[in-house]
Amino acid sequence: MKLITAVVKPHRLDEIKEALQAFGVHGLTVTEASGYGRQRGHTEVYRGAEYTVDLVPKIRIEVLVEDDDAEQLLDVIVKAARTGKIGDGKVWSVPVDTAVRVRTGERGPDAL
Amino acid sequence: MAPAITLAADAPTLSAANTGFMLICSALVLIMTPGLAFFYGGMVRVKSTLNMLMMSFISMGIITILWVLYGFSMAFGTDSGSIVGWSSDFVGLSGIGKMELWDGYTIPIYVFAVFQLMFAIITPALISGALADRVKFTAWSLFIALWATIVYFPVAHWVWGTGGWAFELGVIDFAGGTAVHINAGAAALGVILVIGKRVGFKKDPMRPHSLPLVMLGAGLLWFGWFGFNAGSWLGNDDGVGALMFVNTQIATAAAMLAWLAYEKIRHGAFTTLGAASGAVAGLVAITPSGGAVSPLGAIAVGAIAGVLCAMAVGLKYKFGYDDSLDVVGVHLVGGVAGSLLIGFFATGGGQSDAAGLFYGGGLDQFWKQCAGVFGVLAYSLVASAVLAFLIDKTIGMRVPEDVEVAGIDQEEHAETAYDFSGAGGGAATRTVPPAPVAGAASKKVDA
Repeated sequence: MKLITAVVKPHRLDEIKEALQAFGVHGLTVTEASGYGRQRGHTEVYRGAEYTVDLVPKIRIEVLVEDDDAEQLLDVIVKAARTGKIGDGKVWSVPVDTAVRVRTGERGPDAL
Repeated sequence: MAPAITLAADAPTLSAANTGFMLICSALVLIMTPGLAFFYGGMVRVKSTLNMLMMSFISMGIITILWVLYGFSMAFGTDSGSIVGWSSDFVGLSGIGKMELWDGYTIPIYVFAVFQLMFAIITPALISGALADRVKFTAWSLFIALWATIVYFPVAHWVWGTGGWAFELGVIDFAGGTAVHINAGAAALGVILVIGKRVGFKKDPMRPHSLPLVMLGAGLLWFGWFGFNAGSWLGNDDGVGALMFVNTQIATAAAMLAWLAYEKIRHGAFTTLGAASGAVAGLVAITPSGGAVSPLGAIAVGAIAGVLCAMAVGLKYKFGYDDSLDVVGVHLVGGVAGSLLIGFFATGGGQSDAAGLFYGGGLDQFWKQCAGVFGVLAYSLVASAVLAFLIDKTIGMRVPEDVEVAGIDQEEHAETAYDFSGAGGGAATRTVPPAPVAGAASKKVDA
């Protein structure tokens, strides 16, 4: 199994959700996040005093998938998340030892 | 304040219209103080919101009582040496008949006293913006009680009281550019020079926590200011109050646009805080001048004040004094601008026949305005600094540094403005039951 994590622009959430559903992913977790990459943040002005806001709002999407699907799913998410502008985010996958469905106790791929 | 209009053959009688108008104006001026509280309250960080609101609110309590006890008497009692007034009938408002009219006007003394009380309340509250985040609430309360007594009551007498030196000199201050705004702005400067900067000034971000509150406050100020300005003629028998109302609207609009234009050019954006600040700068500047200038003059006064104040708010970073919410930049600079511009833009056809430089009156009125402006500025600056110094040396002006960093609301008011404990709807706090009373506790032990 793999855990795919995507930190992306908040307004792409709907497109990503739709793409994941179309692919056949049953569940996902979404968290509000903040951070910055190469683009850094933006500047705000209050009575002439400038403040640099480094951390910009992002969302973090987590999906558990089977190994065979992982590569393809990365592409699906990237395609749905991309705007082509700076700050589109990152997607990565990491191996997962095991997963358990809390209600039934099912383990491994059955728990997905 | 307007000179008494006395017609020898025709003594004034109570006007129900003027009296009703002035009662409404008084209520309008009162709402400026909570308005100011929100204007300031939105500009501070989350952790000191309540303290900022309370510094204005407490003024409504303390100054009201002082005004009744002796403030009205000091400000508007019989003159003594052009410095201060006193009339024993005004002490405790005890010797005033309810149908007795204020000196040459058509409204009761009670109405005049309560209208002027609202000015006395908001003036010390204005100072608080410079002291955000760092002053003990007891020290602030003591400061405004003493400041009102030593500075505001006498200065109100100088400017508006029959016999006061500025009044007799012919200084024009329609509704308080000198007595209120320059007075409060200079006091703010005096106090912050004594108490020093906030922890982290120029290092930590101190951006406003709620611009919607700032806009709400600015809106209430703008609304209430019509009472402040239009009411200051104590009626509207000759149209001067109406001129003032119109000019108030015009100058405020002009100043808001001027501030926004300045910051768009300078900083690249039309900011919300700029719109609110520009409006207040215009209100401040038209306060002394609105009875003397024409509506077109009001555009000039507002626009000039808007740009000057927008430029002035940056000075604190240059000179290193921490005027937290720009009381000096907006009220002192705006008040000075509005007062001095009378020397140029007074038409001679409004509240008095004194004309300014652009209307053929020469520089005579300008010099009078300078005397009023700098007399009040110097007195208020020095007296306020001395007062702050004395309080600092006795009970201390500032909260300890760790309290300032953690947030003054918790320590001084045992409250916080917002509940951000998300998980479980308030899981970060728990209820502590009240301690049992002594009698009940001992009974329990006996049983």
